[in-house]
Amino acid sequence: MLAKRIIPCLDVKDGQTVKGTNFLQLRQAGDPVELGKLYSRQGADELVFLDITASHEGRKTFTDMVQKVAAQIDIPFTVGGGISELSDVERMLSAGADKISVNSAALRRPELIDEIVSRFGSQVCVVAIDAKQDEKGWTCYLNGGRIPTERNLFEWAKEVNDRGAGEILFTSMNHDGVKQGFACDALSQLASLLTIPVIASGGAGQMEDFRDVFAKGHADAALAASVFHFGQISIPELKEYLRKENINVRV
Amino acid sequence: MKVAVVKYNAGNIFSVIHALQRMGVEPVLTDSAEELRSADRVIFPGQGEASGAMHYLREHGLDTLIPSLKQPVLGICIGQQLMCRHSEEGDVDCLGIFNADVKRFIPVRHQDKIPHMGWNTIQAYGSPKNSPKGGLLSFPYGGDGEGQFVYFVHSYYVPICEHTAAVTEYIHPFSSAMHKDNFYATQFHPEKSGEVGQHILKNFLEIEC
Repeated sequence: MLAKRIIPCLDVKDGQTVKGTNFLQLRQAGDPVELGKLYSRQGADELVFLDITASHEGRKTFTDMVQKVAAQIDIPFTVGGGISELSDVERMLSAGADKISVNSAALRRPELIDEIVSRFGSQVCVVAIDAKQDEKGWTCYLNGGRIPTERNLFEWAKEVNDRGAGEILFTSMNHDGVKQGFACDALSQLASLLTIPVIASGGAGQMEDFRDVFAKGHADAALAASVFHFGQISIPELKEYLRKENINVRV
Repeated sequence: MKVAVVKYNAGNIFSVIHALQRMGVEPVLTDSAEELRSADRVIFPGQGEASGAMHYLREHGLDTLIPSLKQPVLGICIGQQLMCRHSEEGDVDCLGIFNADVKRFIPVRHQDKIPHMGWNTIQAYGSPKNSPKGGLLSFPYGGDGEGQFVYFVHSYYVPICEHTAAVTEYIHPFSSAMHKDNFYATQFHPEKSGEVGQHILKNFLEIEC
């Protein structure tokens, strides 16, 4: 049976991880390649590296890092942040990334999804969606959650699915950073609406949240950052817990 | 040991090369008949589309060369599919090493998502000749790869046939590894399957000829 995936996410700026970590055993705690290796050894199923650099220099550093990750890490990884055209996708894939994620650029110009899929295949194309729930429902946001759009989460997710994307990475802005659990209701609706896998992001605080995101939210994968980086949850313990809760994970 | 990786128009060949380099092997990436024939091991990797890949192999004479190779050959993912008789992907005749035809997954339930992507388990299948001791799927732990998780990304599959060496269940059981004579193949990506995958690659390099 296909396993549910646990995915640590690393934010990278100028070649260094941004959110601090308490992995004292790492020689360079800020080195994303070292941290990625550690997660891989601990049983992470995939890794996501997000480039949060704005400068051109930083972009080049990020590409160098992607090459190092590809050479040193033997599990699949996705890279995202600042991918706005086909040439960015090509650069990341030739550096060795398995998948890329697009967010704002796809909302601004949805045809980008079709172009990536027809050129490189669905399996490389992850579309990240940041959305926030208010009295009007779930609204998609641009630029890391700074700019609201007119698009509704479910309507946009269905369009992304139908344009041939391989996966959707959905971050609930209401849940992100709050550590009170994932947006299981919205995730469950996405699971019944879509025919592609959904990666849940935003809200992981304790191990029970991961059980719920799979059992109640029907997510295919769960992504988290700080609970792993700060060692509040260790991946081997999490997987052992999930296995006992009858969630099929790779152990 | 000289390991050759078949160069053709398939994506993500570099992940195989990186995996070999991590094991201390420096492979050659080549489409030259001479280099492929003289290698100790040949790896036929890739992600991609079957009919386009077959077109390239024919143009470069690799469609007759690959089936004639005598050393251990390992097909990975689309490599395994191209080693079969025919693929539904682009309705194309393939290399005909394995007596099987490649089919597209058809979802049965809503949660059957295509491609089959992620970590799934393999179970040894068939007579011992398909997974010989010291063969591709022999593990120091857990027997012949029994229940090991490996990484898959594919929309087409090889049904179970006489050359099936391991089976994985997704929608229905399919061939996740195959073996015939000196030809080995995996539908999954050993180069992306962590320690288990590295062990399988090591097994391939150590197969006795």
